[in-house]
Amino acid sequence: MIAPLSWLKEYVDIDVTPQELQDKLFSCGFEVEELHQVGEDISGVVVGLVETCEAIPDTHLHLTTVNAGEHGTFQVCCGADNVAAGKKFPLALVGATVYATARDHVTVEGVMTIKKGKLRGYESFGMLCSGTELGVNEDMFEGAGYNGLLELPDDAPVGADVKPILGLDDWLFDIAITANRPDCQSIFGIAREVAAVLGKELKEPALDYHPTDVEKEGFTVEVEAPDLCPRYIGHYVYDVKIGPSPRWMRRRLALVGMNSISNIVDITNYILMELGQPMHAFDEDFIREGRILVRRAHKDEVITTLDELDYKMNENTLCICDGVGPVALAGVMGGLNSEIRDTTKAVLFEAAKFARDNIRHTSRALGKRTDASARYEKGTDEYTTVMAMKRALHLIEELGCGKVSKTHCDCNTGNSVEPAEMKVSVEKVNSVLGITVPDEDIVRIMKNLQFDPSINGDELTLHVPAYRTDIENYPDISEEVIRMYGYEHIQPTLLKSASVTAGGLTVRQRGEMSLKKRLCAEGLYEAMHYSFFSPADLDLLMLDQDDPLRQAVRLINPINEDLSIMRTTLAASMLHAIERNQKNNNLSGRLFEVANRFIPKSLPLTDYPDELSTLCVGIWGMQEDFFSLKGIADVIAEHLHVTFTYERAQKPFLHPYQSAEIFCEGEKVGYLGTGCFEVIRDLNLRFRPYIMELDLSLLEKYYSKAPRFTPIPKYAVEKRDLALVMDKDVTCGQVEEVIRDACKKVTGTYLFDVYEGSQIPADKKSMAFTVTFTPDEEEFTTEMVDGYVHKILKNLKKSLDIEMRV
Amino acid sequence: MANLEELRGKIAAIREEIRKETANLQDSKAVYELKKSFLDKSGRIGQLMRYMKDVDPSQRAEFGKNVNALKDWALEHFNSMDEEMRRREVQAQYEREKIDITMPSHRRTAGNLHPVTQVRNQLIDIFSGMGFEIFEGTEVENDYYNFTALNTPKDHPARDMQDTFYLSPDFVLRTQTSAAQIHVMENEKPPIKILSPGKVFRSDDDATHSPMFSQMEGLVVDKGITLGDLQGMLDVFVKKVFGDETRTRLRPSFFPFTEPSVEVDVSCFECGGKGCNFCKHTGWIEILGAGIVNRKVLENCGVDPDVYSGLAFGIGIERVAMLKYGINNIKQLFESDLRVLEQINDK
Repeated sequence: MIAPLSWLKEYVDIDVTPQELQDKLFSCGFEVEELHQVGEDISGVVVGLVETCEAIPDTHLHLTTVNAGEHGTFQVCCGADNVAAGKKFPLALVGATVYATARDHVTVEGVMTIKKGKLRGYESFGMLCSGTELGVNEDMFEGAGYNGLLELPDDAPVGADVKPILGLDDWLFDIAITANRPDCQSIFGIAREVAAVLGKELKEPALDYHPTDVEKEGFTVEVEAPDLCPRYIGHYVYDVKIGPSPRWMRRRLALVGMNSISNIVDITNYILMELGQPMHAFDEDFIREGRILVRRAHKDEVITTLDELDYKMNENTLCICDGVGPVALAGVMGGLNSEIRDTTKAVLFEAAKFARDNIRHTSRALGKRTDASARYEKGTDEYTTVMAMKRALHLIEELGCGKVSKTHCDCNTGNSVEPAEMKVSVEKVNSVLGITVPDEDIVRIMKNLQFDPSINGDELTLHVPAYRTDIENYPDISEEVIRMYGYEHIQPTLLKSASVTAGGLTVRQRGEMSLKKRLCAEGLYEAMHYSFFSPADLDLLMLDQDDPLRQAVRLINPINEDLSIMRTTLAASMLHAIERNQKNNNLSGRLFEVANRFIPKSLPLTDYPDELSTLCVGIWGMQEDFFSLKGIADVIAEHLHVTFTYERAQKPFLHPYQSAEIFCEGEKVGYLGTGCFEVIRDLNLRFRPYIMELDLSLLEKYYSKAPRFTPIPKYAVEKRDLALVMDKDVTCGQVEEVIRDACKKVTGTYLFDVYEGSQIPADKKSMAFTVTFTPDEEEFTTEMVDGYVHKILKNLKKSLDIEMRV
Repeated sequence: MANLEELRGKIAAIREEIRKETANLQDSKAVYELKKSFLDKSGRIGQLMRYMKDVDPSQRAEFGKNVNALKDWALEHFNSMDEEMRRREVQAQYEREKIDITMPSHRRTAGNLHPVTQVRNQLIDIFSGMGFEIFEGTEVENDYYNFTALNTPKDHPARDMQDTFYLSPDFVLRTQTSAAQIHVMENEKPPIKILSPGKVFRSDDDATHSPMFSQMEGLVVDKGITLGDLQGMLDVFVKKVFGDETRTRLRPSFFPFTEPSVEVDVSCFECGGKGCNFCKHTGWIEILGAGIVNRKVLENCGVDPDVYSGLAFGIGIERVAMLKYGINNIKQLFESDLRVLEQINDK
């Protein structure tokens, strides 16, 4: 919301600097996002009187002497056609800054600094300027639109700064308005706050007008949809003379970025800016059958709007119709068929309140956003609707561009425009703040905010202005009081009246954090990836078309296709993280992520999907292999005081012989493996990725499992190394199982060597284990341990045809 | 008969011989060998005793004493020689083991928690000390909990404040952890003190916005909660996170679920509030939004707003992490680049 200082001053006597006003507004809830002077790029330009002016032969140039009063008299070369002796123009002195223009003298191409120059051998000390070079157009100053020098009035004092003369010393406040204050989406709305925060009187804009006796025979307005249009005011204005608006109005519209069109259209735009009420003017000639009907559109009914586009409406679209059909898309844009033209002789002014959500819907559905719709979406109020019509009629008279008839139609099912009485407890108002604001300050503040307050004991009686639709209960009053009284008055306390509560983490939260820290200790870094990923990632993982992981929840409005479905696996994001790291020459690394996978109960979504907490580990680099990944899995198992078992398994994105499913106490809890070659090729990886996913939602039941102490054996353990020769397809797991089953005293088996080669038969391999025997009650003798080994070897021979290596 | 004087000469000669031979020894092994040759039973000193039978009986005691004195002296001498040799040997070994201590260390590197997790843990630490429980809601949220119950009905302009990702007409990716407030208040009776950290989503993707980021919602519902309590609690939080000299400032703002609503700024920890590039010369940095829980929100959850009141605040965790560690691009937090992750290890 842009508010020019000069315009605000129309309603409030502002006696602080723009910077002070910025701070004041900030303190009461209106952040000035940008404060800048209109002519901030212009400096060193003064009123110059051309004293002599001679044409330079064979050129379009003139050589002039320009009197700049106290600054001196300068020789200036000038190429403009309207330079003449005796006239006053803006003179940019050497060192001045003005806008640089393109060859067309119209297009601004940045800011330039004036230097001493030489044209055709004639020295020039400064530059006479056009309106464009000073950033002034015809709307802002008469004659500024001329493509030549900007002629200044005869009474402009020679040598004076031109900025005040041209209005370039004005300031623009770009103010952020919070969604609860639609009443401040206007210059006058801001002025009300400025008056309150400065403690100054607020001057209302003039609203008086004088209707003639003329009446528009048989003219009617009817609202068929009062739920969408609680108030509709129409007023007939005749003897309209379309022409330009006065300079002051054009200047203000220009300052807030609006083009002047014609007096009637400008009045509607001016009121939109001044009061925040969108208005519309219909050319009366084109209102067929002399009647207005506000109704819901029929299905597929079409309207052609001012911008000459056709829109297909539906039963949810509110439209303004004449006796025959739609003439405006309510609250969004007028129809082409009733547009104001140069020949318009009479108009119907419309000021209406439309339901904000309906306008929002229409605007979104039709993809059409206008100043009016943007304003309606934020919410308007009936108080301002009434005020706006009065103001429009006043301006008609002030501008002398028409006559105000007696025909005034007002369809009103809306809110009262009178202030609503509200009684609140002073103590309650203060209880929100935790301090006691003195009664007289409360009264002063609420008076400044136009709430007409009075206090009787603990009872504060207020009269809430009808435009303050945000005020509902005492906390709203607390906020009004404190934002004006000053938040610096709040005294920090530490929940002095609150009860003591237990606080802290749950077992699951603590368990998860402890697991994360354990993984960090293994050299893993925690990663965090988006909860959504790409359908292309499902293809990267080469999942079957009927793979359940393809049943992902889709976003209706994703940012792009790459972020369009909720993750059903964390593996793809991890593979991409490995890809990015390898591209950045991070040639080895260990990452993990703990995040949710989203598994819908049904699609489309009718219930919350299951959010399954999942751990994903990704490692890569020269020193990593399947077994270092498995080591991480075992660390996790050990951390949780459980045992993982691994079974060979197939995953489409993993190496067929280097992948396994992970089981914990008989329950499948995840998988791990080496990335397959297709993935490596697709991601252009230099080092193989090793990926593991564990379903923490299944493992979290072990977070509370405490360690269990086993008494230290009284006697020392015995260890024996066994080198065994077996068929190549016998697995380590099978051997270990036979060894353990053969002897109760075995408490550990550790594979320390695998050998294939010339020293054993070609179809065999050798595996060497260290077997640990733990005694219970009696100390081992060599004979006892020899006996255990004998038994083990016998069983190995019997079940797996394994021999001792000789 | 052996002359005692003569024997004393032998003793003196042995002593002299020991002195002479030990002077040239180089290591403790040689000392040991030499010691053996003199002091073993059959060694040179022991052999002196063979002369005993030749000594005049009246002088035997004297002779024995002299031999024993030599033995004691030799033992003492060899021991000190041995000690000296060992000392030299150790010293020599030290010399051989001299290293260049500026060579790189050997280490096992531990990884780091994600910067967001680190900040999250710090915040949880601070607030759980004040009696807050941790409640993590779901990332997919019903429209009712994310908006309607938080006093933002459908088509309320406040919904424009956040661009929402929809999964179905009724389900969204939560835009704020405030949604968790409602679940807690529906299921627990005051006094309530919860902290709700988690991922939130907004349809924003540019240089300074990420479509996913993390928030931490705090909620207190009890009797007599005031804005003063809000400021007091947040004072504790910012001092613990940004340092004791940090100050807070409240200023008016708007959120549908709080009334009054405030933005909380902290004094710039780069310049101490004097104004610098970091704080855009304002001396203050916007850190979080907060307020007194709107009566309608309490009512929506079946909490009597005439008995209880509440305060709520929402902290952007990435924002705190970025401010605290000087990370300049939020996107870097989600790219898992080890060059980023390795740097942030906050005690």
